Amino acid sequence: MITIKQVRKSYGDEVVIGPLNIEIPKAGITSLIGPNGAGKSTTLLMIGRLLNMDEGSITVANMDVAKSKSSDIAKMLTILRQENHFITRLTVRQLVGFGRFPYSKGRLTKEDEAIISKYIDFFELTDLEHRFLDELSGGQRQRAYVAMVLCQETEYVLLDEPLNNLDIARAVQMMEHLRRAANELGRTILMVLHDINFAARYSDRICAMKNGQIAAFGTVEEIMKPELLTDIFETKIEIIDGPYGKIAIY
Amino acid sequence: MSTVEIGLATNRGAGGSLRARMTGAFRTRRDARRYWLLLVLFLGIGLLATLGLILYKNPVPVDSPSFIPVVQRRLTAVVAMFVAALCHSFATVAFQSVTGNRIITPSLLGYESLYSFIQTSVLFFFGASALAKFSGTGAFFLQVALMIALSLILFGWLLSGKYGNLHLMLLIGIIIGAGLNSMSGFMRRVLSPSEFDLLQSRLIGSVNNADAEYFPIVIPLVLATVLLLYLLSRKLNVLSLGRDVSTAFGVNYQAHVILFLILIAVLMATTTALIGPMTFFGFLIAMLSYQAAPTYDHRYMLPMAFAIGFSVLTSAYFLLYHVFRAQTVVSVLIELFGGIAFLIVILRKRTL
Repeated sequence: MITIKQVRKSYGDEVVIGPLNIEIPKAGITSLIGPNGAGKSTTLLMIGRLLNMDEGSITVANMDVAKSKSSDIAKMLTILRQENHFITRLTVRQLVGFGRFPYSKGRLTKEDEAIISKYIDFFELTDLEHRFLDELSGGQRQRAYVAMVLCQETEYVLLDEPLNNLDIARAVQMMEHLRRAANELGRTILMVLHDINFAARYSDRICAMKNGQIAAFGTVEEIMKPELLTDIFETKIEIIDGPYGKIAIY
Repeated sequence: MSTVEIGLATNRGAGGSLRARMTGAFRTRRDARRYWLLLVLFLGIGLLATLGLILYKNPVPVDSPSFIPVVQRRLTAVVAMFVAALCHSFATVAFQSVTGNRIITPSLLGYESLYSFIQTSVLFFFGASALAKFSGTGAFFLQVALMIALSLILFGWLLSGKYGNLHLMLLIGIIIGAGLNSMSGFMRRVLSPSEFDLLQSRLIGSVNNADAEYFPIVIPLVLATVLLLYLLSRKLNVLSLGRDVSTAFGVNYQAHVILFLILIAVLMATTTALIGPMTFFGFLIAMLSYQAAPTYDHRYMLPMAFAIGFSVLTSAYFLLYHVFRAQTVVSVLIELFGGIAFLIVILRKRTL
């Protein structure tokens, strides 16, 4: 469970995020949606300790994110942003292998190798595992990075816009993989998404944010309502029933 | 989570073969073989050139009692080359990885400007005799301490605060460097030609500037720093993935960046005070070592950078001293080739 209590973050005098109070249950996929500047990424980064909060506390699985040892948190929670340093001469397998760093500190054991292989296969990167990252397409590289953080085998996985710059096929493929990671591997995934329909199709819960506040939090059914979404995005949004659940039309 | 069992099962299922899937530092065996070959080759060139520097045209036969004293003088220069290669290679490669930028060198932090500023102001304020006397252990360590202090202030102020930002620090480092350079430039303009000549010999890096009297302290200091850096190279591998990924892996990014910058500062300050500025040398060998060591792993990159640096320095000195009989132009030439390589890299990569 991720518990956020009275968390505030201010950028200058005008932009304030919070106070946020929310409990995100364990297991399944939770998507953070909302207009630009609503504070979705800020919230995600604060949970992932990449950004310090000004007030309040965040605990993940009873560990205080701000106070616990970073190396202990790394065995329980991981976070991936979309822009990453780009190193040359790094193969997919080596990148995914970095995910074992919290445990092996860079000395990979036989068990580590087996786990690395498992996630490479899981993300269908087996044939690409000895390619250098700069020889991959954007979608493949994105999958390699996600494989890296899943290879860390943390209960909680935070992803900041994992579908950014992916075409429809790659985005669907990525979401299918994440869905399987949640179902088969029992991970709790929290991610920022821009596309409401992707969120509705693949998440268990949706948390909608607006103006630095949590506007609504609930199951997909509870959030996919025309009045609610119209209000949050300040755009006329209608909901229709599709073959795989609700679809937002805007 | 019972991942190990699942992992092994998936591995067998997916691979279908018993080929061991390992994560080496190199992509293929061929790459690894090429790496070791090149490493041995560069070390061999370095060793040959070292022997050449010590023995070639040595007027005294090996069995004569005066052989050792003669060799000792030449040995000083070789040891200086060893130290310079070690410092520049480790400092530059580590610096480029920590900053995630392969076209910058630690000289940006202002060591060399501070060094030339100190030398120039000693001459300017106290005269030529003072500059001649401004050597010896005291002056040496004063300069090292000043250079390390400058970088500590820079890192402490700009990296550990709330707005800690590596690029801001680099920019301020460049500005401080430019400021110091123009101040020393101004002072140099009012020097007499003979004083300027004296200064110039100090400001162009040369292994002949090195004084064996500093070695008992410099060598252990440099070796200890280099050893520590090497032992931390797995952390360096993670840091090169950037702040966010390092933090996600539980590595305290800020603290490690500062630690590495301190180690880099010690190396750069020591070599600059010992030999003088060599701005593009580190860049040249780092760039060559990335070509020769096709891996992300610093445990392999760092030794290669050193081997290349040592062989470049020793063979350059050997060729220019004994083949072309040009005594002073070594570092000028290294800077020339380093500078050209720098431009080629920028023009070819097009991006930074």
